Amino acid sequence: MPQTLSEKIIAKAAGRPSVEPGEIVTCAVDLAMMHDSSGPRLAGRKLDELGVPVWDTSKLVVITDHYINDDVPDHQRIQKDAAAWVASHGVKHFIKAQGICHVVLPEAGHVKPGLFCVGADSHSVTAGGLGAFMVGIGGTEMTGVLATGEIWIRVPETARIKVTGKLQAGVAAKDVILKLCGDFGVMGFNYQVIEYAGSAIRAMSVDERMTLANMAAELGGKTGIVEPDEKTEAQLSAWGAVGIDIAAWKNDPGATFARTVVLDGDALVPQVAAPSSPENAAPVTDHLGTKLDQAYLGACTGAKLDDLRMAAAVLKGRQIPKGFKFMVAPSSVKIREQAAKEGTLGIIEAAGGVVLATGCGGCIGQGAARLEENAVGISSTNRNFVGRAGPRSSKLYLASPFTVAASAINGAIADPREFL
Amino acid sequence: MSIIKGRAWAYGANIDTDQLAPIGSYQGIDMAAGAKMCLREIDPKFAASVREGDIFVGTDNLGIGSSREQAPTFLKILGIRAVVAKSFARIFYRNCFNIGLPALILADAEKIGMGHELSVDPDAGTVHDLTTGVEFTCQPIPPHLMQIVAAGGLMPYLKERLKAPALDRA
Repeated sequence: MPQTLSEKIIAKAAGRPSVEPGEIVTCAVDLAMMHDSSGPRLAGRKLDELGVPVWDTSKLVVITDHYINDDVPDHQRIQKDAAAWVASHGVKHFIKAQGICHVVLPEAGHVKPGLFCVGADSHSVTAGGLGAFMVGIGGTEMTGVLATGEIWIRVPETARIKVTGKLQAGVAAKDVILKLCGDFGVMGFNYQVIEYAGSAIRAMSVDERMTLANMAAELGGKTGIVEPDEKTEAQLSAWGAVGIDIAAWKNDPGATFARTVVLDGDALVPQVAAPSSPENAAPVTDHLGTKLDQAYLGACTGAKLDDLRMAAAVLKGRQIPKGFKFMVAPSSVKIREQAAKEGTLGIIEAAGGVVLATGCGGCIGQGAARLEENAVGISSTNRNFVGRAGPRSSKLYLASPFTVAASAINGAIADPREFL
Repeated sequence: MSIIKGRAWAYGANIDTDQLAPIGSYQGIDMAAGAKMCLREIDPKFAASVREGDIFVGTDNLGIGSSREQAPTFLKILGIRAVVAKSFARIFYRNCFNIGLPALILADAEKIGMGHELSVDPDAGTVHDLTTGVEFTCQPIPPHLMQIVAAGGLMPYLKERLKAPALDRA
């Protein structure tokens, strides 16, 4: 029977000719990623309790990104412990404070189409934008993977979201995903793999596809995935991945999907998700003029190179109001360097944006971008749950980098199409 | 598994991991101190009032958000011995079993009110609301997850499995 891309990857990992949705299978893990919160201090410590080594040190990547503020004693301790654990366990791939794990993992050449991957973080699904199957798991579950190299999985159904036509100027992947959150809710695709397809997806850069895959988590999806193509291959090669096979990792002709949803890309307008859930999404025009205290470009979702370029396109030659806080935390050090080199960062800074250290930062209520009591912010991150980015009294709107930048200029929610 | 008897803590839909394990609650070493911050934004009395054997009840989307295992771990530290909800976020659901906390899917979970006395039988998949006298039937816990939770969680389960000769592990 023809298989979907996800089913093909799971079947390969399970050592089977094919799998069917609903089956429980045990898969061999091709790549495991853990960070400084879920990793050495949790999954690693528990592995030591079991008294067994890491099953395959070449297949594990440890990345520090959550606790990288050297002024905080807990952060210092976590960093020290992570480095010590990595050294004592012979881990071959340790990436220290180079950016957010979901962006740094592919940037370091570890992700490629067809891999069955797990990550101890819910946004591990980001790698699906590159044609890999990657799911988020908890710390103890990661211990099981570290000890055995295996994990059980209930084969998910594949839901196909087809974005037709062409996105208009000022509309981005973030608007696609927020629109889906608004239409289907935060559990709209519970346990399903969300495959993004259609002409608007083909036209997107790899960065944009990663944004869609990333926020499959905000639709309840087990993961998100995009069929790899020449763009994927070119980007992965540039990142140093070897042995990329895009032809092998596509849906079989005639593969069936549990659900197909069609979204009219031509008609899509910029979206804003009101506090305190991504599913509170509505056209930006519903919120025009809402006063803001700060704007933030950051996280694995919203500060990749293309995200910064979108913001720069809006900000070029403009100024944010005096006293307004506009902060930018590029997703990785490499991205920050490239954005500086090509002038993108210069445009953002000239407009009044302040560049922060790379890391999870404001997305999880840490550092300078943490919202203050009663503050109202707009951000290109992925979640705006109560208490995530600041205290309960704070409010956070989610939007695309275009819309965040436009709103920074006005000090209030604005439609980026008026700035392009 | 034995029958769990206790009071229901019911907060409705969309209780997310940022509420269960707020930022700042899980970066330290002392998890018991972190657990005291559990749900502080929606019910500051919760952490101090939970007793051993109590049951956490959600409706839709319990545990949505992060993969952080501290979310169910804090509930367990505080004394919660079973979690019942209409629907779960998938990582939270797996995390519950992995830390040895049975999670039951109950279509009628919203009928259980705050403070109701409950009796939960994870093996039979039943929840008896002793306050109203209504007995509910949950979706049965899948056998592979029952094995993990009956062992006390993934760690004790793995300890046993890794002791077994390699041939028996498959």
